[in-house]
Amino acid sequence: MSRYFTEDHEWVDVDGEIGTVGISDYAQGQLGDIVFVDVPEEGKSLTKGDEAAVVESVKAASDVYSPVSGTVIEGNPALADEPALVNSDAEGDGWFFKIGISDASELDELMDEGAYEAFVAKL
Amino acid sequence: MSEPVHDIAAEIAARDDAEVEAAVIDLLPLDAWHRAHGARMVPFAGYEMPVQYDGIMAEHLWTRESAGLFDVSHMGQIFLSGEGLDEALETLIPADVKGVKPNAQKYSLLLDEGGGILDDLMFTRWDDGLYMVVNGAVKYEDIGHLRMELPDDITLNHMDDHALLALQGPKAVDALARLVPGVEALVFMTGDHFDWNGTQLWISRSGYTGEDGFEMSVPGEHAVLLADALVAEPEVKPIGLGARDSLRLEADLPLYGHDLDTETTPIMAALNFAVGSKRRREEANFPGAARILMERENGAIVRRVGLVIEGRQPVREGAAVIDADETTVGRVTSGGFAPTLGAPIAMAYVPTAMAEVGTRVQIVQRGKIHTGIVTAMPFVPHRYVRAGGK
Repeated sequence: MSRYFTEDHEWVDVDGEIGTVGISDYAQGQLGDIVFVDVPEEGKSLTKGDEAAVVESVKAASDVYSPVSGTVIEGNPALADEPALVNSDAEGDGWFFKIGISDASELDELMDEGAYEAFVAKL
Repeated sequence: MSEPVHDIAAEIAARDDAEVEAAVIDLLPLDAWHRAHGARMVPFAGYEMPVQYDGIMAEHLWTRESAGLFDVSHMGQIFLSGEGLDEALETLIPADVKGVKPNAQKYSLLLDEGGGILDDLMFTRWDDGLYMVVNGAVKYEDIGHLRMELPDDITLNHMDDHALLALQGPKAVDALARLVPGVEALVFMTGDHFDWNGTQLWISRSGYTGEDGFEMSVPGEHAVLLADALVAEPEVKPIGLGARDSLRLEADLPLYGHDLDTETTPIMAALNFAVGSKRRREEANFPGAARILMERENGAIVRRVGLVIEGRQPVREGAAVIDADETTVGRVTSGGFAPTLGAPIAMAYVPTAMAEVGTRVQIVQRGKIHTGIVTAMPFVPHRYVRAGGK
């Protein structure tokens, strides 16, 4: 399984044709205490770069963009009751949604873990 | 992920950059102190200010349980003196200035001719004049207005060589009384001068969180020493502007430039107590008196209310309040997650007909409809220490 990152701080784990999407640990640290996550519904069709989810901290709302095109398989049901999972485990249990990837070549435009770490280090 | 769509601090900063002539970022006396204590700094009111240290939620709850130290040195501290000051100031604000006793503090509003709010402020009677604290975002406008409108024999001193610290929370009195014995004898909305290791401090029992606590004016060169001494007390942690905003929202304390502006009057803003002086109402000689007194009798068209939002998603400043026909009838002016309540809350202006407690109102934000229930404010009870022991 490979993990890719966007410059907007989303990550996607790719397992065959299924991607799991979330925001990076760096991003959750920047947002602070997360109090609400609005995840996309099953069956929603997304194009790479579309607004896919909303994450709300105590003081601000941010859009989360889809790192790839495809159809949403499910939103993470655990975030409804426990949005703070994104703070405690952003790159694990705090995932936002799973998506059936329609164009795997889009992954070539994303960063791998090392490139993302270097990208964040310069921010 | 986008940059935060609604970041209050950034928005205020943008507004200030446009409005305040001093567009250059100035450094406040505690700038390096905040950075050394791990603060995340953001542009705010023309300065770099700490938005958070450990995290807004933890800082908010710490203040409600123990004591939080806030740097509010961006606010404008003004000293007014001169013959006829009380009469002169009464031409600009609706408060009973003449009736304010020595060392007593009062909340009031700087009003324009139409009764719109130019700023909200606190003032206190000192031996030789009046000490006033105004909002940082509009302090230069306020000073300009005061200089323009007050007679020439009134002297205005902008005390920009002074820092302003606030210590807020139920244990603030324990911590501060250890450093400055005597402060425990103050009651809410009074103050006094105190000596602290040879430095003169002005300390009042007041604040912007709804908790018991103190505000301290200190010469800028002694601010670091005072802040160090305060956070050395076990009850005290430094708190950023993020938690200051969520604390004041829970406590029904409006924020100028958001919940109050020149489009709102004291009655629209549900600040009727600011026109509480019978003498001032009978004289009716403060700016906008005709309109304000009419609204006080008959009600204003709109009114500031508190809303508890159903579900978990906060509504933010700028979200529209809509009626059954989906026509915009009001506006959210502050909104966020209330850490003490564990629920989203907001302040909004709604038609007075919709302002009754228990009314359900619809709010549209980014295409989604939310429901808010008009709720009595403060959302979290005030815990001021008042005269008479209650």
